[in-house]
Amino acid sequence: MSEWPLWEVFIRSMHGLAHKHVGSLHAPDAEMAIRNARDVYTRRNEGVSIWVVRSSDITASSPGDKEALFEPANSKVYRHPTFYEVPDEVENL
Amino acid sequence: MSAEFQERIEAGIKIEPKDEMPEGYRNTLIRQISQHAHSEIVGQLPEGNWITRAPTLKRKAILLAKVQDEAGHGLYLYAAVETLGVTREQTIQDLLSGKAKYSSIFNYPTLTWADIGAIGWLVDGAAIINQIPICRCSYGPYARAMVRICKEETFHQRQGFEIMLTLARGTPEQKAMAQDALNRWWWPSLMMHGPPDADSKHSAQSMAWKIKLFSNDELRQKFVDQIAPQADFLGLKIPDPDLKWNPERGHYDFGPIDWNEFYSVIQGNGPCNRERLQARIDAHRQGAWVRDAAAAYAAKQRAKARVA
Repeated sequence: MSEWPLWEVFIRSMHGLAHKHVGSLHAPDAEMAIRNARDVYTRRNEGVSIWVVRSSDITASSPGDKEALFEPANSKVYRHPTFYEVPDEVENL
Repeated sequence: MSAEFQERIEAGIKIEPKDEMPEGYRNTLIRQISQHAHSEIVGQLPEGNWITRAPTLKRKAILLAKVQDEAGHGLYLYAAVETLGVTREQTIQDLLSGKAKYSSIFNYPTLTWADIGAIGWLVDGAAIINQIPICRCSYGPYARAMVRICKEETFHQRQGFEIMLTLARGTPEQKAMAQDALNRWWWPSLMMHGPPDADSKHSAQSMAWKIKLFSNDELRQKFVDQIAPQADFLGLKIPDPDLKWNPERGHYDFGPIDWNEFYSVIQGNGPCNRERLQARIDAHRQGAWVRDAAAAYAAKQRAKARVA
């Protein structure tokens, strides 16, 4: 028997919050993945909504590309409000 | 890579599945996490033994929830093993073939209802002490699984203590039953922290890699220090004539552990080794048609969707 595919599980813990990755599980199809996720990841009211995505459908950045991807932002400190000097007398800025 | 890797560990930067890691680190994690997962799964068996005989409906519902948690813990951990590049099927085969180990505490039988109390109080208590530091271990998926598990284990330990307290405050027969369970589970629980530091072959490297944060003997001492006053509160006697508070050390002293028993149980000679493994083999075999049917149904639905 071939192994059931792996699914990544995302749960919205409260209305108003985004779905967050909580773990993974095996299931034969999406419907069973949702049912299993209910039992494995929400036994204590941890969620109000579940997403499942086949792990093989996720494209991830590679740890080796970390510098190329994220380093350019390091030098752009002017993107943060703390970069700017505001005189003490000026309010509401 | 080794020096660079070690620097990263020292800096407290977690290792994630796609990161480069030394083979030894990967293999140690595969061994430890799968052993841990198998322990959760096999650990359902001694407790499952009492589900149909729980004394009240409330206790039965609680025990069912606890055993279901153990299954969940096994699944979180199996998923963590899988991130290291081993298939789920292989991990389970390693348990069924006897190649992989599980915690030897589950090779002891649950003879009375009080054993369910003693397991929650002592076995889950010892497990919590071992597991809380792992929430901060260097491998991200393992640490995250442990955070979920530790949250849930606290319920397990409290429900066990409550069973012991109810029995200890009950009839003389019930109190004797609680004492008998403590007598039988005490020493095996102390063994759960692993062999003494001097004989623990993997400890030094695991500590350097921050897979392990405290030594076996430190964890064991912590366990004894927590449990001894709780046993006093219950009015039960820990079966160790050498157990006493040492004000100079600020810890309880306790007597020598029979490590021959520990190694003998690990090697397969505990009271229930064969029964436990056979139960897992039977469950896997008897569940085969369910797995096959679900896979066949999914394949059929996919084929239908393609036509439509």
